[in-house]
Amino acid sequence: MDMAMIAVWVRIDEERIVQALQEAEEKLDGVEGEVALDFSSVRRIDAVALSALEVFVDIADDKGVKVLLRGVNVGVYKVLKLVKLASRFCFVN
Amino acid sequence: MATSEVVQERIQISLAGESLSEERIAYLERLVSQARSAAAVFTQFTQEDVDRIVKAMALAGLDQAQHLARLAVEETKLGVMEDKVIKNMVATEFVYNYIKDKRTVGIIREFPERNLVEVADPIGVIFSITPITNPTSTVLFKCIMAIKTRNAVIFSPHPNAWRCCSEAVKIMYETALKHGAPKGVFACLESHTLQDNAYLMRHKDVGLIDATGGPGAVKAAYSSGKPALGVGPGNTPVYLEKTADVNTAVTDIILSKTFDNGTICASEQTAVIDDEIYDFVLKKFAELGAHICNEKETRLLARTVIDPETGFMQPMAVGQKAADIARLAGLSVKAGTKLLIAPIHGVGREHPLSVEKLFPVLAVYRAKSVDEALKVCVDVNHAGGLGHTAVIFSRDDEVIRKFGELMNAGRILVNSPGSVGAVGGVYNDLAPTFSFGCGTGGGNSTTDNVNIYHYLNIKRVARRTQAHMWFRVPNQIYFNLNAVENVRQFPSLSTIIITNPALEKFGHVDIVRRYLPEGTHVHVSVIPDAEPEIKVVMQGVEALNFYKADQIIALGGGSVIDAAKIMKLKYESPDADLEELAAPFLDLRKRVVQYPTEKTNRARLIAISTTSGTGSEVTPFAVLTDKGRARKVTLADYSLTPDVAIVDPQFVMSMPKGLTADTGIDCLTHALEAAVSSYASAYTDCNAMQAIRMAFKYLPIAYENPRDEEARLMMHNAACIAAMAFANASVGVNHALAHAFGARFGVAHGRANALILPHVIAYNASVPTKFLPSPYQKGYIAHKKYATIADLLGLGGHTIDEKVKNLVAATEQLLDQLAFPRSIAELGISKEEFERAMPELTKLAFDDPSWRSNPRMPLMSELADLFWKAYHGRGPARAGVTEQQTPLQKGA
Repeated sequence: MDMAMIAVWVRIDEERIVQALQEAEEKLDGVEGEVALDFSSVRRIDAVALSALEVFVDIADDKGVKVLLRGVNVGVYKVLKLVKLASRFCFVN
Repeated sequence: MATSEVVQERIQISLAGESLSEERIAYLERLVSQARSAAAVFTQFTQEDVDRIVKAMALAGLDQAQHLARLAVEETKLGVMEDKVIKNMVATEFVYNYIKDKRTVGIIREFPERNLVEVADPIGVIFSITPITNPTSTVLFKCIMAIKTRNAVIFSPHPNAWRCCSEAVKIMYETALKHGAPKGVFACLESHTLQDNAYLMRHKDVGLIDATGGPGAVKAAYSSGKPALGVGPGNTPVYLEKTADVNTAVTDIILSKTFDNGTICASEQTAVIDDEIYDFVLKKFAELGAHICNEKETRLLARTVIDPETGFMQPMAVGQKAADIARLAGLSVKAGTKLLIAPIHGVGREHPLSVEKLFPVLAVYRAKSVDEALKVCVDVNHAGGLGHTAVIFSRDDEVIRKFGELMNAGRILVNSPGSVGAVGGVYNDLAPTFSFGCGTGGGNSTTDNVNIYHYLNIKRVARRTQAHMWFRVPNQIYFNLNAVENVRQFPSLSTIIITNPALEKFGHVDIVRRYLPEGTHVHVSVIPDAEPEIKVVMQGVEALNFYKADQIIALGGGSVIDAAKIMKLKYESPDADLEELAAPFLDLRKRVVQYPTEKTNRARLIAISTTSGTGSEVTPFAVLTDKGRARKVTLADYSLTPDVAIVDPQFVMSMPKGLTADTGIDCLTHALEAAVSSYASAYTDCNAMQAIRMAFKYLPIAYENPRDEEARLMMHNAACIAAMAFANASVGVNHALAHAFGARFGVAHGRANALILPHVIAYNASVPTKFLPSPYQKGYIAHKKYATIADLLGLGGHTIDEKVKNLVAATEQLLDQLAFPRSIAELGISKEEFERAMPELTKLAFDDPSWRSNPRMPLMSELADLFWKAYHGRGPARAGVTEQQTPLQKGA
């Protein structure tokens, strides 16, 4: 994808990951290419947030939108690997 | 806690049973998915996080101990409510106390002296089967262990203990959640089937099965292909040896056997009692509330509580009170009877009560001797209790030791009750548990009390260790002209001088004699001027024994000194097996065969070298010729190193040119190989480099002008200095090839070295096909070392490659100057003959320990290739130095 447009850039706050994802979800319509979620302030992720993230990536997939996670720390990255979600995202530092 | 499952349900998990419905599979998948997610989230938790949750759970368990105990008894109809409260408290308080300060997150142990760090990793999802006998306590225990180790657990309780277990899981889960544990960390299967268990046991996301259940469940767990912890059945023998404190023993056994009505599978099943105390013990039992059955009562009891078909205990008796069991059997016992004691006369099917009985019935056996008692204990142990628990009451340490050796049991408890003792943490320092590993005897993977460490993957971060190195040479080295005078310092009553005929003829022996202290009895043993054979060595040993020598002076070249080293070895340690001592090894310090340290005689070895090459006067090596097998045997051990070395050039002034060249090239080869050895160190490098400089400069002079005293002195010292290097850094593939070739074709060692040397430099300087493991060096550096040597010799060159080529060329030039034949073909060995010998040559060279420190690990094909290069002759490169003399020879 040569000219991927980042139409949505959402900063994820550790305290309200689920809400942030819901807000991002609302913005998925009309997005072309990629949506970037900034996880740089997320120190830990819990099971509820994991479920929400899985739902979000399902919806994004359906809409043909690639989900980009930015600034994911290695602890959270390992969690995503363990639940086999990591392969569904692109990671940027 | 496992065996009553046998009688309760006769679990036989059939993996080929009915298939699960789609709904059921979806349900199970949901449980696993939640647990997997929780386990993943859990990986982010710190030690402080989990410790906080664990503490809250322990407190919640203690708070609910009575409630859960009551539920358990009501539902299972087994055991004693009050005892189950104790179990629940042990499962929380004692377990907490045991684990509270233990690290289970991140680095859990450090071994700085070993450069090792252990790092804990959780397993992930654990599928856990819990029993009917200890239902709630097992759940509490496993929940606390799981949180401490950051794992998620899916519980599958025994069907007849589901309600109490699911309540225990609920209490633990809610407490854990409240204190921050991940959602989904615990789940309890709703009413389940064996197919559910089978499905979960084989689920790809389940990391471990912890099966505290009957043998069927354990077997299914181990058959699932998953890592599993299982427990085994018990049949605990308790030996009351005649020195036992009977009061303690009887009290403990009653306590143990009646605890929760005997449902703990570690409880005593058969008491084997020494004849001397038998009557007293039974009297004590009776006094404390036991009923001693007569023969008729024993028969009735056996008929009631043991299934005559299977030989196992009857389910209806498990966990029942003694009085109730007596009533069932038709026995008349006093109210409040705690325990039924049934005398038996053997172990096995014809003695029904010798099996496991998870109720308050204890078989007793009267033993006429310790030997008989131990045999009966072994019989009981093997009658269904392998790997589990055994108990002894004794004050005799020897009997206790013997019992410990004989019993096949993960827990061998001394002077303490079986059931409560095996649980751990109460009567001893065993890890508190509700899962007893029974080792391979019980079909388990561990003999441990299952604990937190079984719920962890323990990773070991092993840092590269700084291998210890050494620099070992004789205590005293005397060098320069007339250094031989120093022999006068060493008092001796009986000295044997080992030498060869030529040296005796030259008067060298007389020179040595002149300086020996007055009163020294001297015997001269003249040996042939050739590499020593075993026959020659043994003749020398005979002389040493005959003269009761306390000092050996080896006056000669490498052959004489090597012979003296081996004579000393055999003289001091007559049983030393030379063939065995020559066994191959990879690392001197880890070799299988150790040199003898026990010595029947002692003798000082003074080595006076009369050639300037082998350096045997300072090395721990000795080469023995095995003429029968046309090979050389290399002995290597620092115990072979002479005590004193004398490097006096007066003994080499008359060396003929050929010998000067041969030995001089041997010296140079030692230094070059030591310099690039994988054992090289700064300590050996300085010696190797200096010896190389001296050899390149003075060898041609000593060769051309044998009477040149300075050149002779320098070469004599160079040989010793090179030997100090290779005595500690060893040599390399050049020597391996030369040993094989020299032995097979009868070519002098130095000459054999010379034929190979340029090819080996080029070989070692090129990128190895295979690297040899070497903890002593960081990376492959041989080519750089050669370049450094080239710089040292002032050979020129800009790149490493150029410098190496120049070194090869300089070596070739030196060999030419010394008039060495430059190919094996020049020795008159036909190509056909050499080809025929090649398999044997390569085998001998590969077996030779010399190359173990070579910077390249030689392949057999590479050894053959080097042999062929030497056969055809001339080095692979002659670039760089083209002058007739190297700069050093010019005096640079």
